[in-house]
Amino acid sequence: MSILINKDTRLIVQGITGREGIFHTSRMMDYGTQVVAGVTPGKGGEWVLEGKVPVFDTVHRAVEITGANTSVIFVPARFATDAVMEATDAGIALIVCITEGIPIRDMMKVRQYLDQQGSRLVGPNSPGLLSPGECKVGIIPGHITQPGNIGVVSRSGTLTYEVLYALKLQAMGISTCVGIGGDPINGTSFIDVLGMFEVDAHTDKIVLIGEIGGTDEERAAEYISDHITKPVVAFIAGRTAPPGKRMGHAGAIVEGGAGLAADKIAALEYAGVAVVEYPEKILDFLK
Amino acid sequence: MKLHEYRSKQLFAKYGVLIPRGRVAMTAHEAKSIARELGGPVVIKAQVLVGGRGKAGGIRLVHTPEEAEEAARQILGMQIKGLPVRKVLVDEAAEIRSEIYLGVTNDRAARCPVMIASAEGGIDIEEVARTLPDKIVRVHIDPLLGMREYQARYLAVSIELPREHWHDFIDMACGLYRVFTNSDATLAEINPLVITDDNRLVALDGKMVLDDNALFRHPDLAEMRDLDEEAPAEREARRFGLSYLKLDGTIGCMVNGAGLAMATMDVIKLFGAEPANFLDIGGGAGAEKVAVALNLILRDANVKAVMFNIFGGITRCDEVARGILAALDESKGDIPMVARLVGTNEDEGYKLLAKANMIMATSLADAAQKAVALAVESQLQ
Repeated sequence: MSILINKDTRLIVQGITGREGIFHTSRMMDYGTQVVAGVTPGKGGEWVLEGKVPVFDTVHRAVEITGANTSVIFVPARFATDAVMEATDAGIALIVCITEGIPIRDMMKVRQYLDQQGSRLVGPNSPGLLSPGECKVGIIPGHITQPGNIGVVSRSGTLTYEVLYALKLQAMGISTCVGIGGDPINGTSFIDVLGMFEVDAHTDKIVLIGEIGGTDEERAAEYISDHITKPVVAFIAGRTAPPGKRMGHAGAIVEGGAGLAADKIAALEYAGVAVVEYPEKILDFLK
Repeated sequence: MKLHEYRSKQLFAKYGVLIPRGRVAMTAHEAKSIARELGGPVVIKAQVLVGGRGKAGGIRLVHTPEEAEEAARQILGMQIKGLPVRKVLVDEAAEIRSEIYLGVTNDRAARCPVMIASAEGGIDIEEVARTLPDKIVRVHIDPLLGMREYQARYLAVSIELPREHWHDFIDMACGLYRVFTNSDATLAEINPLVITDDNRLVALDGKMVLDDNALFRHPDLAEMRDLDEEAPAEREARRFGLSYLKLDGTIGCMVNGAGLAMATMDVIKLFGAEPANFLDIGGGAGAEKVAVALNLILRDANVKAVMFNIFGGITRCDEVARGILAALDESKGDIPMVARLVGTNEDEGYKLLAKANMIMATSLADAAQKAVALAVESQLQ
């Protein structure tokens, strides 16, 4: 009933002993996620959450002992890229990075490294993933959505919650929600997730939530018109946002003036996607 | 964070890029003595962090120290696109034979840095990129390997740079890439890079933008922040970890999350009004931060109504409500307000807000419609 995560996901939490790490680990376990271990260098051998979760010093050790296949990262920005590389080096197949504020140069190196190693990264600056009734990896509140046949992919955090909640109020549910994160360089793109929803037997319709900046939505539009047969509804945030701070001439030359909401909306509509004016309107196209 | 031209060029020079002799001055008198030291014609250049300085009269070519003093006096009193000119750069003037463009930035789509060169440098470079794309050459750089010499040579050959300049150009391009990565920049740009009449390759203008997320690694560069770059309210917001941008509309809005904040602005506009600001209080904001945020909104005299749109996750609605109440205690205004809270502790939040004279909304669209109606009403009064 889901993509990327499910009942068999065996999760480790990197940065489990931090304030955010421990809080959200507890929420994920309440939701039913199998959290098999935590990693905090220097705290190996401890147990947290009333002795339910063992803590290891390294990801390698945690994987070796628990057979973990997925990791979620809550460590501060300056240590986060190291955490991602450690996870991939330890053979973790899916790495979800919640951390925001990672320097872009670090992310370019990590992405290059991951492509060579073959791990999948979701994020950074992502709210994580949620497959209702099965598994939650990250910080998306569990109670605002329910199982169903709609796949949701988004660059945003709270805006995604807004949409999930609006769906739930109309008794609509989702197969999986994937927050790909709002940073300029990320591990998983709209296209990657769209491709997975297309072949997922339990996803019948797709919601795409984008925002201004970059050209990810334009590339998604091209991909949709070539490869996606399921109906797609989109909302793009930032129609009224003032033009971003200019990045010298080089930025204009590289991006060629793209990144505006109007360009993204036009590209998506051209690809046959229904683009709505505000989040609640998405419902009209899913009934 | 942007660096001034003189700071950018000083950094470039450390990496082997040839720049004109010159220094920065804060007074007309200083400008005069720098001009005398340099001898010969000099260029007086306003140091402000916006483009279009030349067109605004912020760049002047002068021939004597006295003229330099007069030009500096005029430029130092100017405002360019709202920014006061506090410093001028006094550079020796160059006799220009041709202008080249050379810059490096990150290509999001390719997920790596890209270096761009063109034989058609100067102020019209973007026009060149649009109308004569063949005149723009680019090489993508592997972030793990860095810039290779052959890539710089490829640029030199592709822009038909005379062979005698290849050696210097390659040093400059590799130096520019090193200063770009070593400073965690998102842009390092030389425009124009000129060939002078005496056949030297000189960086006449320089621009750098740094990645704010990486400033923790560069305390020396972080210190160079020009506080004029941001409006006072935006500066205060940043100090409290808020992301605030003043706009021209009448509806102040406070939201958690950048995407939701933008969506909220869009909905306000859709229902016929304009947002007065973009304001993202971030995740998990406490009451104090919320109070600061509301004060920022209320300080804007254009605001006729305020709308709160909070989707609690990490953020707790009761904390937000407490912050709103604290700010309202201090302010005496009677701006009408609409609140829409969902998620973590929303009931407690609404209970707290019931004490204030506030209109409650059930959805984003509902809240926006109510706020727009209130703003229209209070404008009629």
